[in-house]
Amino acid sequence: MDSIAGKKPAVVWALNISVLALVLLWLFPTMGLFVSSFRTGDQITASGWWSAMFPAEQTLQIRAADPDDFRVDLGNGRYLVEGNVFGEEPFEGEMKAWATSSRALGAFAPGDINDLGDGETFVLEADGTYQWEGNDDQISGRAQRLFIEAIIPPEFTLNNYNFVLFDEGNSEGMAKAFFNTLTVVIPATIIPILVAAFAAYALAWMDFPGRALLIAAVVGLLVVPLQLALIPLLSLHNAIGIGKGYLGVWLAHTGFGLPLAIYLLRNYMVGLPRDIIENARVDGATEFQIFIKIILPLSFPALASFAIFQFLWTWNDLLVALVFLIDSSGQTTVMTKQIVELLGTRGGDWEILATSAFVSIAVPLAVFFAMQKYLVRGLLAGSVK
Amino acid sequence: MHPAIQGLIMIVVGVGGCIGYFYGANLLLDKVVFRATGPNAGRNINRANLIRPWLFLLPAILALSVYLVYPVIATLRLSFLERLPGNEYAFVGFENYSKMFAEPKFVEAMRNNVLWLVVVPAASTGFGLLIAQLTDRLRWGNIAKSIIFMPMAISFVGAAVIFKLVYEARPAEVAQIGVLNHLYLLFGGDAPQQWLQIPFWNSLFLMVVLIWIQTGFAMVILSAALRGIPSETVEAAVVDGANPFQIFFKIKIPQIVSTIVVVWTTITIATLKVFDIVFAMTNGQWETQVLANYMYDKLFRANDWGMGSAAAMIIMLMVTPILFWNVYNARKEMR
Repeated sequence: MDSIAGKKPAVVWALNISVLALVLLWLFPTMGLFVSSFRTGDQITASGWWSAMFPAEQTLQIRAADPDDFRVDLGNGRYLVEGNVFGEEPFEGEMKAWATSSRALGAFAPGDINDLGDGETFVLEADGTYQWEGNDDQISGRAQRLFIEAIIPPEFTLNNYNFVLFDEGNSEGMAKAFFNTLTVVIPATIIPILVAAFAAYALAWMDFPGRALLIAAVVGLLVVPLQLALIPLLSLHNAIGIGKGYLGVWLAHTGFGLPLAIYLLRNYMVGLPRDIIENARVDGATEFQIFIKIILPLSFPALASFAIFQFLWTWNDLLVALVFLIDSSGQTTVMTKQIVELLGTRGGDWEILATSAFVSIAVPLAVFFAMQKYLVRGLLAGSVK
Repeated sequence: MHPAIQGLIMIVVGVGGCIGYFYGANLLLDKVVFRATGPNAGRNINRANLIRPWLFLLPAILALSVYLVYPVIATLRLSFLERLPGNEYAFVGFENYSKMFAEPKFVEAMRNNVLWLVVVPAASTGFGLLIAQLTDRLRWGNIAKSIIFMPMAISFVGAAVIFKLVYEARPAEVAQIGVLNHLYLLFGGDAPQQWLQIPFWNSLFLMVVLIWIQTGFAMVILSAALRGIPSETVEAAVVDGANPFQIFFKIKIPQIVSTIVVVWTTITIATLKVFDIVFAMTNGQWETQVLANYMYDKLFRANDWGMGSAAAMIIMLMVTPILFWNVYNARKEMR
């Protein structure tokens, strides 16, 4: 085909552009979450994330300094509050307009004098400095509210991550859930590999009656929906005293992961060269030695493939954790559950949602890009055969 | 005890237990039960080799029986029972099923599930095939494939958050932060839409999430299958003057049909079990219910184990044809 395409530059261009469009289409949703996790809540609601690279117009809500603490007596019953609404640091944006009431947004240009009635005035300059003047009654109590429309330059922050991961006072933080997920995932990945490896070896290289039947059973069990297992197993766990907890979720993940593990490993082990195993047998190695010293090291690619599958599956799982792990105390919540909770309670706070979601996505993505070769190999072994 | 320590102990006990079991059982078999010395050495070795496979298989068989086989039987049984107060059960025959079929929410879930089963595997396989073919000869094809494959690593819940942002709607007078509404208004839409609250279309918007995730899987496998096509067949077609479309549809597709079927059925199974996406994005509101979420509702919200189990059995029933098809194929290949 490339002989044809190679002759027509237009076709090559069309090909490149259509693939680029598809790639961008696939990347765009994730990019949205990624960019949003580095923006403040105000920025997120002020403009779409795709315009985050460019300056955006925002309405800022700020209060002037507290009159009871900061007012200066000008004499004649007149008082003045002076200061800068943006604080000490110089303002980097560009102020377009301002107002003192939410019903008249953008009523005044920077430098305009806003007459609040009865001799009370407010002046706001473009750099944020202001003078608020009036009588004793006016310059007291609550500080004046300001609505400033300004063009704010793009700005990214790590505060969201700080808040979600490290803030001790944040009861909805992800740190605990992160470690809980890790606690679920590591044993749930390692244990099925061992159990499956021995079984796969027996199914691949040992001769015994019923072997074909067992392999067929494993293939059949591959597709059994784990939805069926929820109630019977939860009852069983309760009956034998495991209840809801880590032990239960480890066992459940081990059981649910086994068919794929046995299937993948058997398919791989069957393909190992017969000579090596038979030579070892002739030399007097026991089956156990053959397995540990020959089969296991040679099967490393298949073991890695399954480990990645199981890791991704247990890390991303919600249903098994909901049913077998998370009790009413909420101490054992995992990240997926935490995010679902946040979707309910913080549905509009995209900076929290985006950051929490990205915290949970980051680890699987890293594993994915680091171990993609094994993942692809595993997929191919599992499906094409 | 701190869960991390508990986890560490579990790893040590689990891994140590496995190794210990296999090592100990083998040792026991060879050195104590059937010793390979003395007058019966030959017979003993044969006997040991008869038993050994079962030693290797025992933990796996146990785990599979308890965690997959037993639940299927137990769920089947539960679906014919009604739970009475005081942990007692009464046999009610098919009453759970007939009650369920009469429920509008169940009919809705069935209808949606059928829609999912039609749309998601077809779209994922179609996109996967398209991308596999397009990137095949591209110099940066591997990078493109890697990016399209990436959503596979993202959890359904994470994907739900990602797409909630895409579908986000804000009042008409303020800036839209959801891409879809932004584009909708840009191309002449009248007002921002709550995409997830428009019946029928919202199911399609949820399906987009699964298609986004599954396309990479289809692409990886179909791409390998396309590469496996003998180049002589393609070259012969080129010599005979076939155009690229003819080559693709008449030469390549027929040679990878069996792989397409495998991809299609695998995605079908994933679609049947879809739970997290609906649970996190709409929780079955606005007519987006699907079977798995319906079942979860019945089991854990309504505490109706009978009807929940009946719903689970419906999912099992829908998987069964694929189960037998897979077993049939696996056995055919082994011969």
